[in-house]
Amino acid sequence: MVSSPRFREKAQVLDAAALDRALTRIAHEIIERNGGAKDVTFVGLRTRGVTLARRLAAKVASIDGASVPVGTLDISLYRDDLDLRGAPVVRGTDIPFAVKDRTVVLVDDVLFTGRTIRAALDALIDLGRPKMIQLAILIDRGHRELPIRPDYIGKNLPTSRREAVAVRLTEHDGEDRVVIEEPEGA
Amino acid sequence: MAWTRKHLLAIQELEAAEILTLVDTAASLQEIASREIKKVPALRGKTVVNLFYESSTRTRTSFEIAGKWLSADVVNFSASASSAAKGESFVDTARNIGAMSPDVVVVRHASSGAPALLARLLPCSIVNAGDGAHEHPTQALLDLLTIREKKGHFDGLSVAIVGDIAHSRVARSNIHGMRKLGVTVTVAGPPTLIPPYTQELGCKVSYRLEDAIRDVDVIMMLRLQQERMHAGLIPSLREYSRYWGLSLEKLRAHARPDVLIMHPGPVNRGVELSPEVADGPYSVILDQVAKGVAVRMGVLLLLAGSKGAEATEPQGGAR
Repeated sequence: MVSSPRFREKAQVLDAAALDRALTRIAHEIIERNGGAKDVTFVGLRTRGVTLARRLAAKVASIDGASVPVGTLDISLYRDDLDLRGAPVVRGTDIPFAVKDRTVVLVDDVLFTGRTIRAALDALIDLGRPKMIQLAILIDRGHRELPIRPDYIGKNLPTSRREAVAVRLTEHDGEDRVVIEEPEGA
Repeated sequence: MAWTRKHLLAIQELEAAEILTLVDTAASLQEIASREIKKVPALRGKTVVNLFYESSTRTRTSFEIAGKWLSADVVNFSASASSAAKGESFVDTARNIGAMSPDVVVVRHASSGAPALLARLLPCSIVNAGDGAHEHPTQALLDLLTIREKKGHFDGLSVAIVGDIAHSRVARSNIHGMRKLGVTVTVAGPPTLIPPYTQELGCKVSYRLEDAIRDVDVIMMLRLQQERMHAGLIPSLREYSRYWGLSLEKLRAHARPDVLIMHPGPVNRGVELSPEVADGPYSVILDQVAKGVAVRMGVLLLLAGSKGAEATEPQGGAR
């Protein structure tokens, strides 16, 4: 195994309050854009996208009063770079509702090259034909390699390619925070 | 734990964490069977050859379905319909198939060690689908997955494996796997069919069915390979069935009410299992078969879906 370079924190992008405000705004935008939340479903990408999807669903429910289903999508079987990686780690897809004829809001933490979202679109469409798929992203860091554009953005964050964006969420990391990292020794 | 092996030859050589990686991967893939479109693109462009020198229903079919659901191209080779029938040797046949650049060769052979031989001869990944009386790793994995799904965990479980332990590759793979995971194993059968290695691996031994099945969580009945009778290892089919056949009466009288009955198939109805038990509420025999496809998908994916040890593991889109 080639060890990946170590990263150190360069700057904080969002603190807990700013992260929460961004999600609240996105929840309002989703309701506005879809004329309510009646037909809306959330599908989060493993791992942090699922957590963000749950938080968004709770916010939408508290604003609109509608309960919004949340599913989990694992895209490891749809990656275009399986050959470049180690053995795939499959943790499973769990979408306990039919996506057919529903509006699905895909949720992920960071949008970078767009390849993960390409794989997610294929994975989702294999499960049925949604009426519409929208994309909600906490951090859009640019450097797209595919023609993919988010519908809802928490924060646009210009980065250099060698930097990394770490989204830390209480459920996984014990804190709500987004930081930009750079390789050590840079 | 990340999977790094190129071949799956035996449960004996795996660590507990690797067994759990295989079981977890299979568990995650089960959902595909319930989809409307049962196909994912993970192994697009990969070729899987099923090289079967022994007859098989479940194993060959489930490897074929598993490969196809993962979008691999699957080619079936059976010895009776090939040049093997014209006298071509195993090694020559294997080299010829190897020359066609498969990514995975799944092999079943009557000789123990045939898959290990292929692993040395061919550049591709080899999966052991049963070799002689040695091992049948994917059967043990699907048994383990079935047990974990029904019982929820492996902690403190006890399993009785009943029948012809000595000639059973299913028993051998299961015993290795279960012992590595800390499961208590009792082997039971006529003394002529209990091999000494079971005690070395910490199995309890029982020579009475009624004792063996008391207080266990799982009873795994093995097929009586009827050719054994001619070797003088058991006196008669009728006697075997009377002492070692599992009937509903014996089950109710001696086993726990939440016991699982497993059988790797094919079942000799009325010999080792009475039909009421095979088809009854304790039986998870068809669950085992369903899990077989998921397990074989997991194995093919882990072996063919990577370049193995040379690859790195970048994490997510964040970096």
